[in-house]
Amino acid sequence: MAQELLMGNQAIAMGAIRAGVRIVTGYPGTPSTEILETIAARNPGHIYVEWSVNEKAALEVAAGAAYTGVRSMVTMKQVGLNVASDPLMSLVYIGVKGGMVIVVADDPGPISSQTEQDTRHFAIFAKLPVFDPSSPEEAYLMIEDAFAYSEKHNTPVLFRPTTRVCHGSASINLEDNIALKKPEGFVKDPKWSIFPRLSYQNHLLIEARQPVLAEDFSSYRFNSILGSGKKGIATGGISYAYTKEALTMLSAECRLLKVSTPHPFPEKLALEFLQAVDEVLVVEELDPVIEKELIFLCGKHHLNVKINGKLTHHIQNAGENTVESVSQAVAEFMSITAMAREEHPVLPELPVRPPVLCAGCPHRASFYAVKKAMRGRRSIFSGDIGCYTLGNASPLNMVDTCLCMGAGITIAQGLERAEPGVKHFAFVGDSTFFHSGITGVINAVYNETDIVLVVLDNSTTAMTGHQPHPGTGRTMMGNIAEKISISDVITALGVKYVTTCNPFDLEKAVKTVKEAAEHEGIAAIIFEAPCIAITKPSPLYAVDEDKCTDCRICIKELGCPALITADDKVFIEPALCYGCSICAQVCPFDAIGGVD
Amino acid sequence: MVDCILAGVGGQGTVLASKIIAEAAMAKGYKARTAETIGMAQRGGCVVSHVRIGNDIHSPLIPHKTADIIIGFEPAEAVRCLPYLKDTGVIIVNQKAVKPVTASLSDSDYDGSEMLLFLRSQVENLKIVDGEAICSACGSPKVLNIALLGAAVATGSLLISYADLERTIRAKLPSRVLAMNLQALSLGVEYD
Repeated sequence: MAQELLMGNQAIAMGAIRAGVRIVTGYPGTPSTEILETIAARNPGHIYVEWSVNEKAALEVAAGAAYTGVRSMVTMKQVGLNVASDPLMSLVYIGVKGGMVIVVADDPGPISSQTEQDTRHFAIFAKLPVFDPSSPEEAYLMIEDAFAYSEKHNTPVLFRPTTRVCHGSASINLEDNIALKKPEGFVKDPKWSIFPRLSYQNHLLIEARQPVLAEDFSSYRFNSILGSGKKGIATGGISYAYTKEALTMLSAECRLLKVSTPHPFPEKLALEFLQAVDEVLVVEELDPVIEKELIFLCGKHHLNVKINGKLTHHIQNAGENTVESVSQAVAEFMSITAMAREEHPVLPELPVRPPVLCAGCPHRASFYAVKKAMRGRRSIFSGDIGCYTLGNASPLNMVDTCLCMGAGITIAQGLERAEPGVKHFAFVGDSTFFHSGITGVINAVYNETDIVLVVLDNSTTAMTGHQPHPGTGRTMMGNIAEKISISDVITALGVKYVTTCNPFDLEKAVKTVKEAAEHEGIAAIIFEAPCIAITKPSPLYAVDEDKCTDCRICIKELGCPALITADDKVFIEPALCYGCSICAQVCPFDAIGGVD
Repeated sequence: MVDCILAGVGGQGTVLASKIIAEAAMAKGYKARTAETIGMAQRGGCVVSHVRIGNDIHSPLIPHKTADIIIGFEPAEAVRCLPYLKDTGVIIVNQKAVKPVTASLSDSDYDGSEMLLFLRSQVENLKIVDGEAICSACGSPKVLNIALLGAAVATGSLLISYADLERTIRAKLPSRVLAMNLQALSLGVEYD
């Protein structure tokens, strides 16, 4: 047994390895990405790991594997489950043979996501058990339970950590791996093919299983009632940690119900808790899931217990909980007035620091080329999910819409149908193109929609930390794979105008965009230049003080973080510059040049 | 028990620095807990790491007015985290400002000096470090995190020693960058 500092995501991976997982698939997405990466990095040798093309593919590959009796796991972020929901909903009816765990990381805040959706609701909707760990240590142990429950009930199970568990680290005692079982293999049987009749029969079984699981979960090792008193707090997930911290800070005691399996709800345990208290505060993040279950139980069992929480505005309805927000709610609930409102010094006005495209990022050059080419002509720029969403910021202002993975290409088509007089651009990254961009391109070709598709190909999945994808020629098993050419794919889909261009050659890039914009029907430009994080910097650039007139055109046009003003002069921060040369090409006075 | 906040701008190496503190503490037999900013904010946004050392800690986030030490990689980011510092807490802060694009675009004259003045007026145990000078002495801007760790460990408020830190850094960093980081660590420790 060894102790290691592990991030929650690494703990989940190590726990899954210990549980004997053999097939792991996923699609990168914050805060889930490091789970699959850790499986690949710590692979004892018997595990197959892949970044699938999207979450739907990932879930299906993992399901197919579990049909044979092996233990499989699929990882994604919360919005990824929207993409994978089609196979998920049907798989609930079909079931699995080997344990299958679907890890879906939620992101209260949201810190790096487009929604604050609550995967516990998905579990209720799909009628699947869901596990909700409150710490990395617990996640390490709980993932093994998830596999065991999955196998026992022949159903996939959801495992839902949140950002502060995923990206929090803790000292974890790693235990020896459990013995790998030999899978039985796929056995042909009508039960693997979904038909209405089978769905009806299995629906009955699913409904029969729910109370059995709820009963089981009432004695589950990570569900518990602690403490005593007529006031009770019900909580789960990371909010349990905040509640414990708050109770310690306030030197307060109460009855505490911890729910680690929000669905099927551990009714017997919760009832025991409710019968002992007069009033309850429910502390949870995202939606009032535990809260509604408790209200339901009070109604069902005619209990006169007041339930406070999100529905009564005692806990915030959006954003993540903090120790402070929970302490305040707990103090109020426990009528503790001792906690004086915090007094803080008034801080001076702080600089606003939104995330920006890195210095040297090829996306800046691509956006700038399109912006320059379309100056004076009404254009709408539809963006997508990835680093290039940051092209929305001033001074580029090149992302007019952003919805979800792959949507930019099709949103642009809707805009074009409604406003045909305007030029419509759709920006998509290379990984997003493979994920869910291709069908949108086919839609435009088939329906003869006049848009310009701009693929920002930086040869990696940058935002989530540089994962390989079908265009990179590398897999998570360390193999060299066939590189799928985006240009060839687009051509094969029937796009007649396809051109590839280096965005750092500004003059040529602008000319390319102008020509593509003249083309009627869908035209595609692929801007090819690798992400700075996977290349070595070129010779750096510097401002020639004698030639610089302080016009600041470089700053106003590009918004590069390496271009800085100090003492009324512009200079280039050498620690940030990557030598991309775009500022030198933009400078009207030839005042920026390469340094040897 | 020690609560330590590392505050900086995405790309400055706060995540690695927090892991080094936590692992050095674990090597001494303590338990550790951290919370990191990973994801979109890493692209030049504000990043804060929470490191908690001790055996009975629940929350990965440090409560306000509890931190024993704030290691500020940038003046304004140290100020932003001031609500976390306990009254007798220590601040180590890099003196060089990272000017955000928003400031350059709006012609703001933000250069960090007013933030340092504010910290001086509020914090008794304050050490301002010329991280840039240490980095140029070591030949790389990437050693800033280790230099600041050196300055932090020298205050004695981290439960770990210079030697503990050095041992963890030797075990954790690749050999090609080890020499410059050890130099940065020692310059940080000696910084006065």
